[in-house]
Amino acid sequence: MISVTGRELTPSQWILRSLRLDGTLLVLIGILLAIGLVVLFSATGESIAALQRQSGRIAVGLFALLLFAQVPVSTLRAWAPWLFLLGLGMLIAVMQVGDVGKGARRWLDLGLIRFQPSEIMKLAMPLMVAWYLSLRKAPPRLLDLLVISVLIVVPVLLVMRQPDLGTALLIGAAGLLVVFLAGLSWRWFLGLGLAIAAAVPLLWSQMHDYQRQRVLTLFNPESDPLGAGYHIIQSKIAIGSGGLYGKGWLNGTQSQLQFLPERSTDFVFAVYAEEFGFVGIAVLLALYFLIVARGLWIAALAQDRFSRLVAGSISLTFAVYMVVNIGMVSGMLPVVGVPLPLVSYGGTSLVTLMVGFGILMGIHSQQRLVNR
Amino acid sequence: MLIDRQDSYNEEGRDQSRFSVRVLVSILFLLLLVLLLAGRMFTLQVGAHEHFTTLSENNRLRIEPIPPTRGLIYDRNGILLAENRPAYQLEVTVEQAGDLELLLERLSGFVELSPAEMDRFRASVRQRRPFQPVLLKSGLDDETVARIAVARHELPGVEIEARPVRHYPQGADFAHVVGYVGRINEQDLRRLDMRNYAGTSHTGKTGVERHYEDVLHGTTGHKQVEVNAQGRVIRELSVVPPVPGQDLFLSIDVGLQRAARDALAPHDGAVVAIDPATGEVLALVSKPGFDPNPFVNGISHRDFSALQSDPHKPLFNRALSGQYPPGSTLKPIVALAGLEENVTTAERRMFATGYYQLPGHERRYRDWRRGGHGWVDMNRAIAVSSDVYFYDLGHKLGIDRMAPMLGAFGVGSRVGIDATGERPGILPSREWKRSVQNLQWFPGETLITAIGQGYMLTTPLQLADVTSTLANRGQRVQTRLVRAIRDGADGEPLAEPLRYLDPVIASDAHWDVIHQALIDAVHARHGTAWGSVGSTSHTYRIAGKTGTAQVFSLAPDQEYDESKLDRRLWDHALFIGYAPAEAPEIAVAVLAEHGGSGGRVAAPIARRVIDAYLTSLGLLAAAEEEP
Repeated sequence: MISVTGRELTPSQWILRSLRLDGTLLVLIGILLAIGLVVLFSATGESIAALQRQSGRIAVGLFALLLFAQVPVSTLRAWAPWLFLLGLGMLIAVMQVGDVGKGARRWLDLGLIRFQPSEIMKLAMPLMVAWYLSLRKAPPRLLDLLVISVLIVVPVLLVMRQPDLGTALLIGAAGLLVVFLAGLSWRWFLGLGLAIAAAVPLLWSQMHDYQRQRVLTLFNPESDPLGAGYHIIQSKIAIGSGGLYGKGWLNGTQSQLQFLPERSTDFVFAVYAEEFGFVGIAVLLALYFLIVARGLWIAALAQDRFSRLVAGSISLTFAVYMVVNIGMVSGMLPVVGVPLPLVSYGGTSLVTLMVGFGILMGIHSQQRLVNR
Repeated sequence: MLIDRQDSYNEEGRDQSRFSVRVLVSILFLLLLVLLLAGRMFTLQVGAHEHFTTLSENNRLRIEPIPPTRGLIYDRNGILLAENRPAYQLEVTVEQAGDLELLLERLSGFVELSPAEMDRFRASVRQRRPFQPVLLKSGLDDETVARIAVARHELPGVEIEARPVRHYPQGADFAHVVGYVGRINEQDLRRLDMRNYAGTSHTGKTGVERHYEDVLHGTTGHKQVEVNAQGRVIRELSVVPPVPGQDLFLSIDVGLQRAARDALAPHDGAVVAIDPATGEVLALVSKPGFDPNPFVNGISHRDFSALQSDPHKPLFNRALSGQYPPGSTLKPIVALAGLEENVTTAERRMFATGYYQLPGHERRYRDWRRGGHGWVDMNRAIAVSSDVYFYDLGHKLGIDRMAPMLGAFGVGSRVGIDATGERPGILPSREWKRSVQNLQWFPGETLITAIGQGYMLTTPLQLADVTSTLANRGQRVQTRLVRAIRDGADGEPLAEPLRYLDPVIASDAHWDVIHQALIDAVHARHGTAWGSVGSTSHTYRIAGKTGTAQVFSLAPDQEYDESKLDRRLWDHALFIGYAPAEAPEIAVAVLAEHGGSGGRVAAPIARRVIDAYLTSLGLLAAAEEEP
């Protein structure tokens, strides 16, 4: 046995530690990814090819996780403003030369890879805000709030213009969560809440027709059963008909017979709910809760302010992801195009999330090193 | 330095504890959200489970009808009159077709599409269920089928289906009996039970096809299928097979039907032959006929208007719908009424001159024979068809005693044959004239009614029915076309029971008088059919009565002279008769339109029909037939 601090380590613990990984979080993420592959196999109509592609993305994601876990917090902190500026620059670039997909200008083609700059911003945002706040005294003052407001609002507006409401929401949430965790007075949040309420009419006037339609449809999906309401109606039918134990894997009629739209991406939760029922959902919700809780635990143990804020924001943004997706699929929130984290088919959000978890694990290892 | 570090350490501690509070709040808030989501799921999946299960089943399950096979129609000897032939038809599934107009344009390069077919197609497209193929054109020939099959990849949604199509192998000969089926139209939709017609495209439009629609159609089966969101069938879950329609056996004999058609040539007209014992119709000809086959899938406008404007009126069912004055053919019934009402006796004689005058009236009612018939009793009056004798008898009887006897034979009411299009004719009476014309009855009208002219109208079917009743000495049997119904190809044909109607009551002695007079009308030297039938060689005797139905009325001072008249104004030639006279096997009514004399023209036609039938029964050797 290798003795490091007088405690005995098993070989696997030693490997995890030397790779700067967190075993608990890794196991939880692994279970979720496995569930994701099982559901995707069903949702894609038992497509082996889709399964292989998704597995490839998971491999890339795991590699990214491993890579970012090695980055020391100090480096991360030094990068933060530059990463933010890079992201901002790309967001502006994408407005000019971006590729159009599904009616929105989101993609930037760099020859070798084609990606969404808004994904960079999902991580750059909490890093940037945390970096700024780590320079200032806590809790944040009025001036800090003004600066942070600008930092948050500019990228959020840029992403909204693409238009990509879901990602804009997540980027905004990532920034706001840092401010919240930094200990901003509750009064400010009350004020912010009121400000948002006041901004709703303004936001409404800025929305695209299809976005407005989605919001309207949320409140009364049956008003347009074959149009905008179709997604929500079919999704609720899939979930509701799943019952307590579900219709069984590969036996969900709503998904297998293609009544459910977007069943492998944004609405994959409905496939899961139809085939595995309420019992399956309880397991999934518990899994998500444990992942977020573990992330927050890591954040709480972190040694410096920057690490805490970054780790906390990444964990809570993950929770926002999950809540917004499930809320929208079950008809509680408007359809804003947020995937179910680590489960939905597609690589972009998966890799970003894995990088986030890599950063989280890096922070955790840092803390252990300091503790030693 | 130390204090400074202490300060920063303290601040770090405060910061950390403040952060811990926030994390705790976050965790609790997240827990709340997760419970909220779980609650929502519980509501959907457990609370409203049944509701959503129903919706989900409604999504995926569809009931598809399976149309039954229509029953076949045979003649009395099992010769096919209506069958189902597989025919290729072009169908389009609109959901798979993409641009429909473009597809139709492409298809018109393979097959000729008439504007009528296009219109019908577009109308059906609007009414279809999702993924239901819509018929575009039927009756494709093999070459077209092959060419379309080769080009299938550029014709999305186009399918060639072999579907049974009604076919009438006997063509024009049975169009007025069997009728035809046609595409279900909006009128039919109101009449038919659409639950049983969900998969059926055709329904009986006329004739036996229409009358026996319920028997021929069968019961629609259905299958429960699972469909995907696009409506495409994924698999079959359960099947309730359809019950095929029942087969009909008509009493008509194809051979006799053809013989009757040929006998009628060169005239237009009708021949109806009935077996008096059973009421079975042995032949029912309305000439000319028409080919019913083009009507099945919609006859073209051009062909239809050609049929409609044909001066021979092939679409007109003379046997059932043609209403003609019966002329002298009904004189025997007037005579029977006179005997039964004790107005006259068989022996009473009168001198029949060339005309008759009502007492105190100037108007002369003329006999068809200018010089009259001299001394006639009832027998001779019928045989020579004296008008004056019947003017006199009619006057003595009065319309109120004449009409009931005619009515008892069925004049003026539908025979009730099991086909469509039958008309009732007219039995004139005081009440009839008051209700229809709101006029009072004049004595002169009684006279012309007594010789079968005036208001009285009968159909050839009615005349045959009357003849059958005469042959049966008043016993009336329901006349019908279908003698048996068979349940499935391997079943036994079940005979339809005879149905007896209220008989005509008359004494045997009176029946004998009438029957002898009918025999003498054919076989006595003075009989009106002596020259054309009675005088020719024969091995059996026919009892019959000639008649002529006026096409127009002559003024009192006018003479009827065929040679000076347009053929279309010639009288209709009529003959009713049954044979053998002593033991009737067949009762026949003949109408030869514009044939002129009943004796010369109609009687020989009846003779040929009777010969053919008796030969087929083996009662007459082939050699004994009239050459």
